[in-house]
Amino acid sequence: MTTSSPALDAPVEASERRAPFDWKWIVLGLSVAFTVYIAVIPLGFLLWQSFRTPQTAAVDAVFTLENYITAYGTTETLRLLWTSIQFALGTAIFAFGIGTALAWMNERTNTPFKRVFFALSIIPLVIPSILFTVAWIFLASPQIGILNLVAASWFGIEEPVLNIYSLAGMIWVDGLHYSPMAFLLMTAAFRAMDPSLEESATMSGANIFQVAWRVTLRLTWPAVVATVLILFVRSIEAFEVPALLGLPVGIQVFTSAIYQAVHRYPSQVGLASSYAVALLVITTVGVFAVSRLSSQGSRYATMTGKGFRPRQIDLGRWRWLTAGIFLVYFLLIVVLPFAVLLWSSFQRFYAVPSAEALQNLTLDSYRFILSYPNLGRTVLNSLFLSFSAATIVMLVTAVICWIVVKTKIRGRWLLDNVASLPMVFPGLVLGLSIMIFYLNVDVGIYGTIWIMLLAYITRFMPYGLRYSTTSMLQIHKELEESAAMSGASWSTTFRRVILPLLKPGLLAGWIYVMIVSIRELSTSILLYSPDTQVVSIVIWELWENGQYVELSALGVLFIIALFMLVLAAQWLGKKYGVKE
Amino acid sequence: MLAVQNLSTEYPGDHGQAVKAAQDVTFGVEQGRLFTLLGPSGCGKTTTLRSIAGLERPRAGEISVGGTVVFSSSRNVFVAPNRRGFGMVFQSYAIWPHMNVFQNVAFPLEVGDRRYSRGQIKESVMRVLAAVQLDHLADRDATKLSGGQQQRLALARALVREPALLLLDEPLSNLDAKLRERMRFELKRLQRELRITTVYVTHDQSEALALSHQIAVMNEGRVVQIGSPRDVYERPANQFVADFVGNTNFVDGHVIAVTPVDGADAMCVVRTEIGDVHVTSSLPLKTDERVSISVRPEDVELVEVRPEGRNVWEGRVDQKVFLGEAVDFQVKVGPRTLLSRRHPTLRTKVGESIFVQLHADKCVVLTVA
Ligand SMILES: Nc1ncnc2c1ncn2[C@@H]1O[C@H](COP(=O)(O)OP(=O)(O)O)[C@@H](O)[C@H]1O
Ligand SMILES: [Mg+2]
Repeated sequence: MTTSSPALDAPVEASERRAPFDWKWIVLGLSVAFTVYIAVIPLGFLLWQSFRTPQTAAVDAVFTLENYITAYGTTETLRLLWTSIQFALGTAIFAFGIGTALAWMNERTNTPFKRVFFALSIIPLVIPSILFTVAWIFLASPQIGILNLVAASWFGIEEPVLNIYSLAGMIWVDGLHYSPMAFLLMTAAFRAMDPSLEESATMSGANIFQVAWRVTLRLTWPAVVATVLILFVRSIEAFEVPALLGLPVGIQVFTSAIYQAVHRYPSQVGLASSYAVALLVITTVGVFAVSRLSSQGSRYATMTGKGFRPRQIDLGRWRWLTAGIFLVYFLLIVVLPFAVLLWSSFQRFYAVPSAEALQNLTLDSYRFILSYPNLGRTVLNSLFLSFSAATIVMLVTAVICWIVVKTKIRGRWLLDNVASLPMVFPGLVLGLSIMIFYLNVDVGIYGTIWIMLLAYITRFMPYGLRYSTTSMLQIHKELEESAAMSGASWSTTFRRVILPLLKPGLLAGWIYVMIVSIRELSTSILLYSPDTQVVSIVIWELWENGQYVELSALGVLFIIALFMLVLAAQWLGKKYGVKE
Repeated sequence: MLAVQNLSTEYPGDHGQAVKAAQDVTFGVEQGRLFTLLGPSGCGKTTTLRSIAGLERPRAGEISVGGTVVFSSSRNVFVAPNRRGFGMVFQSYAIWPHMNVFQNVAFPLEVGDRRYSRGQIKESVMRVLAAVQLDHLADRDATKLSGGQQQRLALARALVREPALLLLDEPLSNLDAKLRERMRFELKRLQRELRITTVYVTHDQSEALALSHQIAVMNEGRVVQIGSPRDVYERPANQFVADFVGNTNFVDGHVIAVTPVDGADAMCVVRTEIGDVHVTSSLPLKTDERVSISVRPEDVELVEVRPEGRNVWEGRVDQKVFLGEAVDFQVKVGPRTLLSRRHPTLRTKVGESIFVQLHADKCVVLTVA
């Protein structure tokens, strides 16, 4: 501590003294290096690998175009592409349709109990995709599907009505699973709209449907397109549904093709990479289109200062219909899947509900799960990974954001783009490229938990970045400047002023990353080793082994635990002032 | 034409209690008249207008237009807003950014129950665009209009169906001062030409005085006075109206003498802090009653030589503000400062003494609650 006040020092001297040592540049340099390292290098290796022959103990890998010829030289691939697009587009449109209808009913009508439904809308988020898919197999498979059996016994229909093992079944399951995302995105779009634009249409004599179609939907058009694109990208990179529902009946999409290529013997990593490149191209185009859309979306930006909720359309008696739709939706997406898992978890062998099966309720499967070898280790792995990934992601993105939003350093937009790059990686492709990288560059982390941590950080960095950017944009330049004027150094300003102001946003991001990490499957599946299993991998293995009742027991426990985690996180968030 | 009776509208508040935004509002508007709801921000003007439009569902009351009941709580009638056939201009104009000027105006003709041919639509749209002088911009993107043009577009859209009733919510408040004055006259001309029954909402008293046939002054959800612009300005019913509608001087005191006059208002003498003031009053006043006298600044006469007559006091110029077309004087009379608006030819300097005269018929006596 110097006793002389800064004002008394000669200005030249002061700047000279500070110049040689500035934490800013070190932190900045480190985060740039880290971001480039985790986001760019695996991508390079993926491309490189796609031009190599398989490496075995006997033969070294050499340059080849064989992978691309195998991958794209046949009409098979056209079919693969066509199936992938059908699946992704179908899922996107189905999810969008449900999500938009629900968002509209929730935002614009006087449907009874809609507040309750809105509060419940986060529950689907805690059901991992693999469990949701398994639950729907229990519900609608042609052999054991409960809904089919109910249809048979109630209406005497012999043939199974529903076949989940089909393209339509895949679209149904994935579309339902992504519909909460569509719901949230469209809710935001509806809220951002000036309600008087709709009211003036009403006053012009338009009825509910004319207003919804000719004004509401048209005005939210950029958001509509962006939402469909996001859903498309999400579903084309989905792994669980194609693997569980498509592979058994030979419906292949890119992700399942990649998985199969890796798991063939000998492993066709090169072939998998060339599939992955195609998938990457599709997702890149999609993500790029979304970002273009959102940057020009401001043409219709119609926010007004008035904070009142818009008028709600009085549906009259029809409001019971809309309430019914909410109820059915909730049944399909939460109640039925969870109930069927719960039922099967109390069985010895999987059996459909019947008076007889009711006699055989047992806790065996729970006993099995609780004495599962390495269960403690597995749970600890999951917790450690999600906790560390969330923490590191939020810290790194806070710094990146600060650089991008608050400084004038040249080339900072590049940093933003590099950090967002993993957005285009499907989980499976990311796992693949990281696997290839550390197989080739041996730094001793292949097969350890660290490689998975690195993968999680890379995968979820873009999400963290979004949360950080949103909250960083709300901090005015003057707040920092006044701290600097009070004599605070840059690191003090960051620690004492910026971080505390960012805290609610960062915390919300932390919670989100934590939840998505703990459910992660598609990246982990190419990277785990027996020592580094996580809960979702154990579920996958149980499925592969046909241990359905044990899987159900683990699934039930997992969902309950995730639900508690979300509740705890929300409580924590409330305490620290996170708004939603 | 329009009759609103005992209208009450509530909103659900944040903590479960009801926000009583409009309470017991009653008024009527004759065919072809412009009726203004005037009051400070948050007093319930927009709520009342939206209740008439049908955008809010009132808790109680009755609204009828041209003999048709569009809302009645007792008979459980509620006509949907899109079936009422009113035209409305929103404060934000609510111009649809995804349509051009022509499409914006054509929309009401396309969606209603009545079917129009393409030719009819084109003709009506161009006619109403011509009336608001936007016909040369028919193909322009609606987002590329200036504020004044957007305002006229919103008006054209509200007028194109030739509505029975036109509802305007602060249509001029988003314009800059110059444009506001001009649009005020255009709006008045248009309304008088088309003779369209209009309910107009504003918080700007000069706008209300300039445009209206009738004004209802609102405060805290209730109508506190209804009258012609002249009535409301010259004969405010209470302190709130006197204060809100234009500037005024309040002088408090109590009545010391009442002299009835046949066929006219009574003469009274009020003892105040500046002295005894002679006033005329239509109110049945009693001696010793506490009252407040309201005098508009332009009615506070200032003269350099002592004038003839009653209600004259000597004062001292405390401050002067030059406004261009007028000068505002603050004159100290005894313990009070009175505001007076004079012609700039009066050049008395600050600190000099001056005579203040109030005319008995310009002093409005208000009872103090
Ligand atoms: N949608 C709403 N929800 C809750 N309170 C409202 C709503 N709209 C208006 N209010 C409240 O009702 C009162 C009257 O509002 P408003 O009619 O908009 O006033 P004005 O148009 O005169 O400014 C205000 O106190 C306002 O806060
Ligand atoms: Mg208002």
